[in-house]
Amino acid sequence: MSGSVGIRRNIARRLLRNRLTVAGGLVIVFFFLVAAFPALFTSQNPARIDVANILRPPSAAHPLGTDDLGRDVLARVVYGARVSMKVGFVAVGIAMAIGLVLGLLAGFHGGRVDMVLMRFVDIMLCFPTFFLILAAIAFLSPSIVIIMAVIGLTGWMGVARLVRAETLSLKERDFVAAARAQGAGTLRIVFRHILPNALAPILVAATLGVAGAILTESALSFLGIGVQPPTPSWGNILTVGKNYIEFAWWLSLFPGLAILVTVLGYNLLGEGIRDATDPRLKGR
Amino acid sequence: MLRYIVRRLAWAVPILVGISLISFLMIHMAPGGPISVGTDLNPKATAETRARLEAYYGLDQPLHVQYGRWLGRMATLDFGDSFSPDGRPVAEKIGERIPITLTINVLSMGLIFLVAIPIGIYSAVHQGSLFDRVSTVFVFTGFSIPTFWLALLLMILFGVKLGWLPISGIGSLEYHSLSMMGKIADRARHLLLPVLLTGFTGLAGMSRYMRSNMLEVIRQDYIASARAKGLPEGTVVFRHAMRNALLPVITILGLSVPDLLGGSVIFETIFAIPGMGQLFYQGVMSRDYPLIMGILTIGAFLTLLGNLLADVGYALADPRIRPE
Repeated sequence: MSGSVGIRRNIARRLLRNRLTVAGGLVIVFFFLVAAFPALFTSQNPARIDVANILRPPSAAHPLGTDDLGRDVLARVVYGARVSMKVGFVAVGIAMAIGLVLGLLAGFHGGRVDMVLMRFVDIMLCFPTFFLILAAIAFLSPSIVIIMAVIGLTGWMGVARLVRAETLSLKERDFVAAARAQGAGTLRIVFRHILPNALAPILVAATLGVAGAILTESALSFLGIGVQPPTPSWGNILTVGKNYIEFAWWLSLFPGLAILVTVLGYNLLGEGIRDATDPRLKGR
Repeated sequence: MLRYIVRRLAWAVPILVGISLISFLMIHMAPGGPISVGTDLNPKATAETRARLEAYYGLDQPLHVQYGRWLGRMATLDFGDSFSPDGRPVAEKIGERIPITLTINVLSMGLIFLVAIPIGIYSAVHQGSLFDRVSTVFVFTGFSIPTFWLALLLMILFGVKLGWLPISGIGSLEYHSLSMMGKIADRARHLLLPVLLTGFTGLAGMSRYMRSNMLEVIRQDYIASARAKGLPEGTVVFRHAMRNALLPVITILGLSVPDLLGGSVIFETIFAIPGMGQLFYQGVMSRDYPLIMGILTIGAFLTLLGNLLADVGYALADPRIRPE
């Protein structure tokens, strides 16, 4: 056990030594706070329409300006963080759950089960993900719940492949054989021996997955088939920005920056975890 | 070699069947089935459309019979007629849109190749240098930037503020009266931003991938021995290392097809380019059901084709992976 604590401390030290990883982590914490306590960051109501103050540039009263209905852009960006965080986490949660179950099944059982599941993954990967998402949204009406479900249901294939590969290599290891010899059941082997040892790459995939899900949601909302107004989302604020591209730069600039910084945070953290935990990358 | 190609083709058959099954099931799993999805929410659908669809899908038949019929139609590229007012065959509508989409994607793949590979090699050879660190920042930004937002910013800069480039369409109003060279120049000006943007995300990924391939190869024993026998560094990098690091890139090109196609929806919509992506977006907005299913199936088919070509290309380039 002491060895494992040592390894963990070592990983933590390597994570903290990388300044970019720390910066990524801080960005994520910051946007978490924004999403959890929006009232701390703005006193305005994101839905309050003010026809007397339409398309005003940034000022003391409206630090990021106002939109085409006179709504405060800062408030909309702040409340938009909730949508992004929620979609990112729920979508990735769904993808992770499916990918974990199918990957474990395929890797652990091998044989027919593995063959069938991996062919299914091959087939799913042939559909351009964005096409699948759009087609699904055309059947169902766009809403936050649908968006989260669809992004999750179309994003599990990489995780399944990853978990399968990890399971395949881990299940041949001596400590798994030893556990089995001691009479450990399948579930115990999976949860005590395989999953904990595959945790790092899964965590990396999840972190990078959140980044991807946030980008996808924003693109969908920008195209008008994602989160629907009046609920603010970074993507749908940009749609308004595009309509007033020649007069109101603040509508196009700030929500995009919020997306960029958030997604960058998740990507940096994900890569940082990978660097710190993957022994093959040592010294790169 | 021939045996390898035949084996890959044999692998593609069940995948193709799977693609068709999933497409077919998607139609039937949609709430209310194909008829109601297509017509309930579509104000343009009349009782007559409804009847036409009933007959088209043969909904009175058992499921496996329906699937067989549908498969037969797919094989002849018969995707049915569009719900849009023109009511033309979906295959025809897609056919006239594909060339421009493929042109943009092939051009941006060329761009990715030309720019990303030198960046990746240089970063790896000069690992930790200023260039390496700057390109790493560039790569992470490239991964994280919403490309539609970047498109907006570039439109503001080059289209609105500087007025250098057109920001929509693929040809000026006077396109047809231009000379041959004028036409080419006009088309190039219209495609410049879309191609740059389509290539942008791929650029980041590819240069990162090339860099780590190079780093991997440089650690190999044969590189050490090439250096040990006194070969100049340039020969070691380009003859011994680069050629081996380039091989896996072929696979990545094949794998990037679905992302490029997905991206075409966004860029063609933003830049008003009459390609397959824009057609798909219009189809989604108007719930043009046969059109959506047609493009989805063709997109999957193109992806499969990209994978196969990449596999075969890889096997041609690298004798080690041919299993014989």
